[in-house]
Amino acid sequence: MDVLEEVARATVYDLISIKGKRIDGRGFDEYRKISVQTGVVASAEGSALVHLGNTQVLAAVKFDLAEPFPDRPDEGIMSTSAELLPLASPTFEPGPPDENAIELARVVDRGIRASEIFDLKKFYIEEGKVLGMFIDIYVLDYDGNLVDASGLAAMAALRDAKVPLYEDGTLIRDPDKMKPLELSGDVMYVTFARVGDTIIVDPNGEEELGANGRITFGILNGDHVVAVQKSGNTRFAIGEIDELIDRAMNHSKHLMESIKNRKIE
Amino acid sequence: MEEIDELLVNGKRVDGRRVDELRPLKIKAHVLNSADGSAYVEWGNNKVIAGVFGPTQCLPYHIASPLKAVIRTQYLMAPFSSPEEHGRSGPNRRSIEISKVMREALEHVVMVEKFPRAMIEVYVYVLQADGGTRCAATTAASVALADAGLPMRDMVAAVAVGKVGGEMVLDLNYIEDSKGSADMALAMTHRNKDILLMQMEGILTKEEVMKGVKMARNAIDKIHELQVKALKDVYGSEIEENLSYMLEM
Repeated sequence: MDVLEEVARATVYDLISIKGKRIDGRGFDEYRKISVQTGVVASAEGSALVHLGNTQVLAAVKFDLAEPFPDRPDEGIMSTSAELLPLASPTFEPGPPDENAIELARVVDRGIRASEIFDLKKFYIEEGKVLGMFIDIYVLDYDGNLVDASGLAAMAALRDAKVPLYEDGTLIRDPDKMKPLELSGDVMYVTFARVGDTIIVDPNGEEELGANGRITFGILNGDHVVAVQKSGNTRFAIGEIDELIDRAMNHSKHLMESIKNRKIE
Repeated sequence: MEEIDELLVNGKRVDGRRVDELRPLKIKAHVLNSADGSAYVEWGNNKVIAGVFGPTQCLPYHIASPLKAVIRTQYLMAPFSSPEEHGRSGPNRRSIEISKVMREALEHVVMVEKFPRAMIEVYVYVLQADGGTRCAATTAASVALADAGLPMRDMVAAVAVGKVGGEMVLDLNYIEDSKGSADMALAMTHRNKDILLMQMEGILTKEEVMKGVKMARNAIDKIHELQVKALKDVYGSEIEENLSYMLEM
């Protein structure tokens, strides 16, 4: 057990659930400052760097030739992975993705996939050959709320993505010839953490330490739920879910603005 | 939208159930000899077996906590459990995620603070899969933990809901799960209906999410009844006393 971690946990818990304050002075329903920058990695077909307070996540989209899944022979494939890089936090270890990285990737993947904002059938090339779309999430700096930052980075990278052309058995990644990826909407992730009886949006790293657990809502275009994930050792009452969905929908609209206002390299 | 006709006709589902009807559910406690606690669940065509060890010495040592017992869970689908192809044995990304969220649900009810430095192991294997395996697994794990005699604040029961043929329905089977347009797994405590596991995928309005949550809440009591019956079948009236003790807390 890390004693300092336990002290930090107790301090954050007291501050939020007893004194009713957040460590950085924010309101319980207030996000940190967000910035989105796209086109940050020229070698990828789409990329984005998101700052959410001190959390920094890079997401990149690459296309490759792939084999379709046997049960969906006429569809392209999509795959999302996440790496919690050891440079992002002293608690992250080198090695294959642990359960936290796997959960992060799967939650981001789930909402984007379920939302049907792109048509995997358009990635069909010929029998046994399709386009594969690979979303890679690189967590560069951890200060809490990786799901929302990663989801925003993935979505911004998709908005930035251009689809390579298939000619004579190979993919042509010529920026002048590639067409933008067609997307019919935006999926945003909004995460709330429970600290005692208080529920806060966008927990930072210390708040996550003091929190019992969290719940994430993936929201499509501000008005539909496309993913939910409760995580950590906590409970949510049915009435709380009702209220949190409303709050998540409101926040998702602000998050969508941050993609519209992105800096393009 | 051609799925609609197939999956829901005049309020009846592919297997003839109503929208708010559970599949047949049978639960048996104490089915294994070596494990400290165990349970077997048949739920529709799901067959799930759960075994619990503990509290035991925590290995590896570095994961032990001086404040509470560590719970380790493994949810796995047997390679022969799918009606389709032969699956790969061992954990995959899906099973690792399910093991995590299931553990987090169980951590909330087991009084882990009573066993510092110890470990509680929960193993759940899906022998035959028919949709809703994580819910069957969580339901079985809860019975196995009680069978192991571990002190618990409450029992956990789980059930999935989803959108099938344009309507919210309870307890999706394999066909509904793969062809429906939304799927939401929920685990709740029996007394307060606190949500301990919630995973959703699909496209739903807020009203549909809440309708699904309430459908699940109503089904939890029924599932809990069968969990308690399974324990009573093994332990008889002993369990009544423990339950009344629990309720007084």
